[in-house]
Amino acid sequence: MTSMTEPPAESFRLSQLIYDTRYRSMTIQVVAFILILLALFWLGRNIVSNLEDLGKDFDFGFLGSRAGYDINQRLIEYSNDSTHARAALVGILNTLLVAVLGCALATVLGVIAGVLRLSNNWIVARLMAVYVEGFRNIPLLLWIILIFAVMTEATPRPSDFRGDRPEASMILGDSVAITNRGVYIPNVFFTRSLGGNEMAEVTDSAEATVIASSSGLDWFVIILVFVASILGARAIGRWATAKQEATGIRPAGAFWMQVGTVVVPSVIVFLALGATLDFPGLRGFNFGGGIHLRNSLIALWLALALYTGAFIAEIVRAGILSVSKGQTEAAFALGLRPNRTMNLVILPQALRVIIPPLISHYLNLTKNSSLAIAVGYMDVRSTLGGITINQTGRELEGMLLLGLFYLVTSLVISGVMNIYNKSVMLKER
Amino acid sequence: MKKSVFLGTIAVAGLAAGAVSAQTLDEVQARGELNCGVSTGLAGFSAPDSDGEWQGFDVAVCRAVAAAALGDPSAVNFVPTTGQTRFTALASGEVDMLARNTTWTFTRDVDLRFEFVGINYYDGQGFMIPRELGVTSAMELDGATVCIQTGTTTELNLADFFASNNMDYEPVPVETNAEAQQQYLAGACDVYTTDSSGLAATRATFEDPSAHVIMPEIISKEPLGPVVRHGDNEWGDLVRWVLVGLIAAEELGVTSDNVMELAEGTNNPSIERMLGNEGEFGPILGIDQDWMVNVISSVGNYGEIFEENIGEDTPIGLARGLNAQWTDGGLLYAWPFR
Ligand SMILES: N[C@@H](CCC(=O)N[C@@H](CS)C(=O)NCC(=O)O)C(=O)O
Repeated sequence: MTSMTEPPAESFRLSQLIYDTRYRSMTIQVVAFILILLALFWLGRNIVSNLEDLGKDFDFGFLGSRAGYDINQRLIEYSNDSTHARAALVGILNTLLVAVLGCALATVLGVIAGVLRLSNNWIVARLMAVYVEGFRNIPLLLWIILIFAVMTEATPRPSDFRGDRPEASMILGDSVAITNRGVYIPNVFFTRSLGGNEMAEVTDSAEATVIASSSGLDWFVIILVFVASILGARAIGRWATAKQEATGIRPAGAFWMQVGTVVVPSVIVFLALGATLDFPGLRGFNFGGGIHLRNSLIALWLALALYTGAFIAEIVRAGILSVSKGQTEAAFALGLRPNRTMNLVILPQALRVIIPPLISHYLNLTKNSSLAIAVGYMDVRSTLGGITINQTGRELEGMLLLGLFYLVTSLVISGVMNIYNKSVMLKER
Repeated sequence: MKKSVFLGTIAVAGLAAGAVSAQTLDEVQARGELNCGVSTGLAGFSAPDSDGEWQGFDVAVCRAVAAAALGDPSAVNFVPTTGQTRFTALASGEVDMLARNTTWTFTRDVDLRFEFVGINYYDGQGFMIPRELGVTSAMELDGATVCIQTGTTTELNLADFFASNNMDYEPVPVETNAEAQQQYLAGACDVYTTDSSGLAATRATFEDPSAHVIMPEIISKEPLGPVVRHGDNEWGDLVRWVLVGLIAAEELGVTSDNVMELAEGTNNPSIERMLGNEGEFGPILGIDQDWMVNVISSVGNYGEIFEENIGEDTPIGLARGLNAQWTDGGLLYAWPFR
């Protein structure tokens, strides 16, 4: 400030602060700043005095005490003996799960719908228009509730699968069960696990069943190997391109070498760990075994993805239309085939227009996932921001933490997307 | 509901300066209306009837307080609250009191800073299950899918019950009783668990109530009562003594039919004091001298309220059980008006 307000000292008068355009903006800013500080101070003092009136203190100690409630969908170990902090973490992971699944599916749907809406095929283009307008113009909450209602009311109960002449049966070779409590799909578990894998025999049932639980370590190794193979395949690709540029001929079989590099090591690791499929089956009241995708997750996921996908479709369409037709014509004139034109000419330019609004839709989707409350999906709003607050009476602390979580998540998402945006941005030299 | 949690939090946090320290009674009288937090809809306890009028056992408590404080049982603004929003609504001053099957627990009384004025229904948590599943005891529920309302004592009891009996279950969290009912009837959960009075009330609204059984096990104690904010003792006293008055009136044989007659004068000094012919109880509470006459003539005594809304002659059909007068072997024991 000092450097900017350095006036010709001899002729400075106080009224210049208002009437002299050199200082006026500075004055306004200082006044606004003081007013904001005062407002914040007023709010803060109000909070303190109201908490005092209520006889409450401001304390995050409740996070360390026993939660006492159960959560149905847990990605990590959790029981009602765990702490409120752990319950919050379970909720955070559930929020992130539905956000990641939602963003992925929304992007796929959006890109397909956006491209198809530009199709020359009248029916296809119209169908996509119906999809986009239908989902964009009806509130998300309605879609969540609608999909959830359909999934619970229109699907068979687990008991319908029972008996000699069951009313319902599993699909895909008895491996998938669609019920009004969710979809049960086969799970992968490892008989020669690297550790942490409990292999328990259920002794009290007639046929001993293996309780499948795959340890995180196994999956970590598999992902590591997979990522390494992809890096390897890219290296082979670079080598082949270099060779092609030098000699004019791409080495024979380079493509198949790449495929092999990606697939073979992962398959070997799977086999080495003794990967086995665990199929869902009727056990007692419910299906047991396999992975249980609850209706709440599916409804929330599909609704978020379909809704956001409709917006992304429009962004993609706008991005493609923003590339002038001359670009396509020029590419064709150079003899590029249509798909190479799309990949090498249109998309790189369209991406520049697409990425920035895409970021804000990813952020929207993540925040909209807090509508989980409508279907009882146990996201962080429901655990930390719902049950925990209710059982401990720590509204202020809980809401602050919740706000902080969404803030940090949003900043991380936009940070990562901005890095990606930089990489596709027009590089000016 | 989300909005109200959020607004409530904001309000608690910053804006509603001094909502608690103010005298609730003065506010209610100045407003001319009582803001009473009830449940979002539980037949017999608090639900709007076909004319949109709120009716029920809990609703009657609100009306009784309004009759005492304002002389008008209809001067009530009913605020539907869910298990999750009720405490925020009360703490932030959105409602003056709660009358919605809320269990008196240590945490709520002491840590959450509320004041339970008494108990208007002694309850316990039960389980309801479709008859066709053939389950006869809650001990056979291992592996079952259970619908529970979040933000309740129910979910804590449930976790304890299954853990201590070494059983597993899959919780399906729901917000309101209506939502639970829909999920349960659609078969999305095998079992519905809540206070057993709530189960009976819910079952009574089913198309075929006989197709559902309530398990014999009661797994908890749920003393339900009206709640006010901690710190405003005058208001707490008022609500407490309206409740005591309802119970005492039954014990003393004061009903909505004979209250006017008895108010002319009787030879029973207890009734004389309660109905304001002797002493200054009303003015000491800051309200009219004939407050209990207003209360009883508008909603009846405890027994009348019970029989009319949830008693054995109603579809809900609850027996008095623990909620009978102490003279009949129950737990209701009104403190003396003296
Ligand atoms: N007594 C328990 C449970 C209260 C509760 O959940 N009551 C249910 C039914 S018994 C209710 O009032 N539901 C009405 C609503 O959904 O608003 C507590 O205080 O936490």
